[in-house]
Formats: sequence, C-alpha cells, structure tokens
Amino acid sequence: MTTLTMAKAINAGLKQAMTDDDRVVLMGEDIGTLGGVYRVTDGLQREFGQRRVMDTPLAESGILGAAVGLAYRGYRPVCEIQFDGFIYPAFDQIVSQVARMHSRTAGNVRMPITIRVPFGGGIGSAEHHSDSPEAYFAHAAGLRVVAVSTPQDAFTVIRQATASDDPVLYFEPKRRYHVKGEVDTDAALSAATPMDRARVVVPGTDVTLVAYGPMVATACDAAIAASDEGVSIEVVDLRSLSPIDVDTLVASVARTRRLVVAHEAAQSGGLGAEVAALVTERCFDTLAHAPVRVTGFDIPYPVAKLEMQHVPDLDRILDGVDRALGRANSLTGVVA
Amino acid sequence: MSTETVWSGTAKERLGAADLPEHTGRAASDTSDVVQLITASGTRIDDPQYSPWVADVTSEQLLSLFEDMVVVRRIDTEATALQRQGQLGLWPPLLGQEAAQVGSARALRDDDFVFSTYRENAVAYCRGVAPTDLMRVWRGTAASGWNPYDVGMATPQVIIGAQTLHAVGYGLGLQNDGVDSAVVSYFGDGATSQGDVSEALVFAATYRTPVVFFCQNNQWAISEPVTLQAQRAIADRAPGFGIPAVRVDGNDVLGVLAVTRVALERARRGEGPTFIEAVTYRMGPHTTADDPTRYRDPDELTLWAAKDPIDRLAELLRASGDLTSERERAVGESADRVAAEVRAGCMGLADPEPLAVFDHVYAEPHSGLAAQRDAYERYLAMFEAPAS
Ligand SMILES: Cc1ncc(C[n+]2csc(CCOP(=O)(O)OP(=O)(O)O)c2C)c(N)n1
Repeated sequence: MTTLTMAKAINAGLKQAMTDDDRVVLMGEDIGTLGGVYRVTDGLQREFGQRRVMDTPLAESGILGAAVGLAYRGYRPVCEIQFDGFIYPAFDQIVSQVARMHSRTAGNVRMPITIRVPFGGGIGSAEHHSDSPEAYFAHAAGLRVVAVSTPQDAFTVIRQATASDDPVLYFEPKRRYHVKGEVDTDAALSAATPMDRARVVVPGTDVTLVAYGPMVATACDAAIAASDEGVSIEVVDLRSLSPIDVDTLVASVARTRRLVVAHEAAQSGGLGAEVAALVTERCFDTLAHAPVRVTGFDIPYPVAKLEMQHVPDLDRILDGVDRALGRANSLTGVVA
Repeated sequence: MSTETVWSGTAKERLGAADLPEHTGRAASDTSDVVQLITASGTRIDDPQYSPWVADVTSEQLLSLFEDMVVVRRIDTEATALQRQGQLGLWPPLLGQEAAQVGSARALRDDDFVFSTYRENAVAYCRGVAPTDLMRVWRGTAASGWNPYDVGMATPQVIIGAQTLHAVGYGLGLQNDGVDSAVVSYFGDGATSQGDVSEALVFAATYRTPVVFFCQNNQWAISEPVTLQAQRAIADRAPGFGIPAVRVDGNDVLGVLAVTRVALERARRGEGPTFIEAVTYRMGPHTTADDPTRYRDPDELTLWAAKDPIDRLAELLRASGDLTSERERAVGESADRVAAEVRAGCMGLADPEPLAVFDHVYAEPHSGLAAQRDAYERYLAMFEAPAS
C-alpha cells in the first residue's frame, strides 16, 4: 500500500498500463513536456518517449480522429481532453466514429480507446472548465462510461479501461485530484472489481443514496451527518455510467425502499433520470417513496461566485433524503 | 491611433497610390499547372517530371487500366439500375471519376491502406473487394461490405472529412511500427471545408506521417459548386500547412498513376504527406436520390463528356493498335459478366436476423444491452407458432 493523490494514482495506473502493453500510447495537449495541466501524465514522456506520449496539435477532433486511425492499426490510444468543456469539438469523432466502428465493421475493427476527461466544478474555474458532460456519452451506444471517486479506483479503473477492447470515457473528478488515499499498486488486475460494477461504499438501512465521481465524497459526508440524526444512509458509488449496474442498485433499494440520486450535471436527461427509471421499473412495489433527484440545475455552469448554488452540497443532499423519507423538507416547508 | 484612422477605407486607399503586393494564390480556373500525360483527345504528352514515373507501364498494363475503368463503370451502371428497380436503397455513382480512382488505387501495394468515402467504389474494386460486397451497405444488409483488414481499405466514411484524420492516425501507427507502407485518404472538394480535413493536414505535417491526401475535385458537393468551398485552387491550401501539393488531370489515368506513385514514394521514404488534387467531374447525380437538373447547366456535362476518362484511353490504345475490336468486345463481355455477378449477388443478399441488431455494439459483454436483447428476444418469441 502507498498513499497517493488521485492525480498520482492515475499517473501510476497509466504507467503500469504502458509497461504492460507497448501498444498503449498517450495523446493530448500539453501532456508531454509539461505533464498535463493537472500533471496527471507527469514524467511519462521522459520515461516512454515522444512516440508513446504525444503532445498533439491543439485540435480535439484531430486527437480523437487520429486515435481512431491508431486503433485501426492495432494501437490502444489514451486521449486526454484537457478540460470537460473542450470535449465538444471531438464529439463527432467520439459518437460517430469511436462508438460505432466495432458495430459498423461487424466486430472486425476494435476501438480500444480511453478518453480521459477531467470533469466537474467546485474549483472556481473560468467558463468551460467545470462541465459535467457524461450523459451525452452514456446516451451513445458503443461507449462505456466510468467515473472514478477514489485514488484506488482511479488507479485500477484506468488500467481496466486501457485493457478493455471497447472505447471508455474515463471521467476524473478534478476537484478531488489532490485527495489522498491508500492505493495497492501490486494487486492483480484480475482480482479487482470489474469497472462496470457499482459499489456500496457506506452500508445503511433507511435510504439508498447513489452518487458518482466528485459527489461520492459529498454523499459519504451526508451519510455521517444523517447518522447523527438517526437516519441510516446507504451510499452506492455508481462507478459505471454505461452500463449501469442495476443489480447492485436493486439489491440496495430492496433493503432501504428509498432512492436518492445525486450528481453535478444538469437534471434533464441526466444519469439521475436513468437510475430512477431503472430502479422504479424493477422496484415499483418495493419503493416507499418516489425516487428523488438532487442535481445541478438546468443552467449553463455558473460563474465561480455562484457555483456552489449549482453543485449539490451536503445540505441539499440531506434535503433530498428528507423528501425520500417523507419528512419535512424544502418543498413541504420546514414546519412539520 | 483612433479607430477612425485604422478602419476607414481600404488599405489601398489609406496608403494612397502605393500598390500592395497580392498574396492571393492561383485562381481555381488557372489550370496551367495541371499534370497531364494523356490529353482529352487521347494523345500522349511527355512530361519531363512525371513521364519517367510511368515509363515502365506496358501497353498490356494500359489495357488492363482500360479494362478496370470499363468494368467499374459497368458496375456503377448496374448498381444505378438496381436502385431504380428497388433493389438498392441508394447508390452514389462514380461516373466520370474512373481514372482518378483506378489510377490512384492501382499505384498502391497490398500492405498500403485506404480511408475513403462512399463514392470510391472503383478504389474498393481495385483493392479486391468482391463486386457483390459493394452492394451490401446500399441494400441495407450490413453496415460494412467487407472486413477492412482483408483488403487494406477501411469501411467507407459517410461523415464528410472524418476519414482524413483516421488516415493520419493509421499513418502514425505505421511510423511506430517502422514499416514503409503508406495510407491514402480520399475525399471530395466539399470535404475541404470541414475542420477535420484541416486538422488532418496539421497533424500529418507536424508528424510527417506517410499519408497521401487524395482530393477528387469533381466540381460539386451535391448542389454546391466548388466555388462555394474554395476561391483558389484547392491544392494551393496544402503548402500553407507545409505539405507539397500537385494538381493532376483526374480524367487521365496515367497522369493520376504517376502523381500517386510520386506521393507514395515520398511517404515510403519518410518524407511525409503529399496532397493531390485530381481535377475531375461528377457526371452523374450526387446519388440516385439527387436531381442535378435543378442546379447545373447541361452544357457543363457536354463539356466534360468531351474529356471522358475512358474514351481518351480508348482513343490512345486504338491509335497504337493495342485495342483491337476483338479486344474491345472481350473487355465489354467481361464487364457484362461482372455486372451479372453484381445483379445476382445483390438479389441473393439475405436480410439479417432480427436479433442481429444487438451484435457487435460492444466487444465485451454489456449488461444493459444484454438485458434489452433478452427482453426483445422474449417479445419476438410471442409471435412464434406455439409448439405442437
Ligand atoms: C458532416 C456531414 N455533413 C453533411 C453531409 C451530407 N452530405 C453527404 S455528401 C455531401 C457532399 C460532399 O461533397 P464532396 O466532399 O465534394 O464529395 P462528393 O460527394 O462530391 O464525392 C454532403 C453535404 C455528410 N454526409 N456529412
């Protein structure tokens, strides 16, 4: 076990993946000499050379399009999108090419491309540096979408993503880059939880609280706060946004009979809607209350001084938990 | 300085009589630089720079290029007819572009790779794609007519311009692998307006990837004339990216073969990308769904018909005595045989099984899709006759 920040854990995972398979190549803007604006790829170009860690021209569609060609040739590119809000120029190559190539070619051409995306807000950034665009990609058939929440997961899942023969969108919660955690860098990858499984991170009995990426830590804090009031929250880290591990969610809701989903992304058409629908379809008779979503608003990501109005915090999550429990909440009015 | 002084009047007016140097490049209509080895009337021209690159081409090989062009035109005609008869959903004719496609494709080695658009059916034919396989996508029975690795040609691209980047990436892979294969990316004049094509030129120039950018300027992008995409010769863009460019008469199969050989040789020697603009003409509609009478002058077609790629080679070969009437008949018959194969093959393409919609979406198991497949299988089972 070593203690690593999430950024260093991803770095270690990439290094391991590149050591394990010399067809893994990294591409992106400023990832070589500089080591990435968040230093996630720090030192990798020095170690593996310019052919395997490529500083690319400043063109996101170009990065993804070139990755498609490399994958066609048998390589396993890992593309860094510098910030969430800059993935849109590459959207076409991702959803029209990366996602569909395996299907288009009847399985003859594989696209083992990993797309690393620092995402989410809470760090007082400029416009286009705090988006949560995951739902666009979870909606696209042919892509796998994951969001990591701890250094250990970050280390393991980046290796699983590069080893996957499918394209993977790997969302990194940038406001948790500096959070430290214990990482077992020696554990066999085969023994790890598959990347398409959700995980119960705090067991509980009264409410199932589903979160992913940067919101998992907030959800865990909410569970601690709620326990002081005698409410037992079960926190489930969704981990995989496509596919969604319905079995783990259903098993949890079967115990708690209540569901709250939280994410930073806007509400409409978001992952919360999908989780709520999947659980309701299977647990309609078990549910004691309608599922509750606690999400960002349907607004462009706000300016720094207002962002914490938008990003759900511990209190907004607890308000959602109160709604699921049928207790006094912001909608009923606090006077019970 | 006030904004008044900066912005009022044109630069020339502000500077008075002093003439500014023009930096506007070559007019698209200026065709003086276009490489040509066979004229429209079928005479050989000697070009000191490019003729040596095809000096080895025997008259038998010229006849073979002729036959290729006749056959692909015949396939094209047959597919158009099949569409008219309701056997294909759509077909994008290549009529008029046979020389550009055959001349370039025949310059390639087996280990080279092609990233093309929907229109390069002659390229696919030259790569060894079975004629029936050309029909699959347009009949709607498969999303790809062939396995790209079997023939060294990617599934043709529908998103305009996207494949130029794929070619560059593949070229990066070739460089990493240390082999001397090359990649050719085909695209149209319309595609040159797409950002992806510019990005591909930047990436290719930066990394000196072994890519040939082969632009078939067929004068039209559906209804939009090339003048809506480019004010200057399309080939003139490439030098701005640091990529050498050449314009060739796209209806001259020998000229196309020569310039493509040069470009491929550059790629193999590690000298990086080359841009080829093949000046040609789309003589048919954009696709069978299109009606060009709504947007173009029929005189234009007459003009280009006089530059037909097949006619001019036939003239040359007849004059040299290589194309006898027996030989011509034999070529026609072999084209008819391929057409019959296309027709029979097309009619014989079976519809895929309903559950095939779920195949190959992912390379590895996907629980969400597996659940949907399972549910749909049960739904379909409801319609089956109960077991007796
Ligand atoms: C990104 C994109 N936009 C629009 C279209 C619709 N479309 C199909 S073909 C075409 C014209 C392409 O012209 P050009 O690149 O000159 O090639 P040509 O068809 O003449 O061979 C258009 C607009 C498309 N396929 N992809």
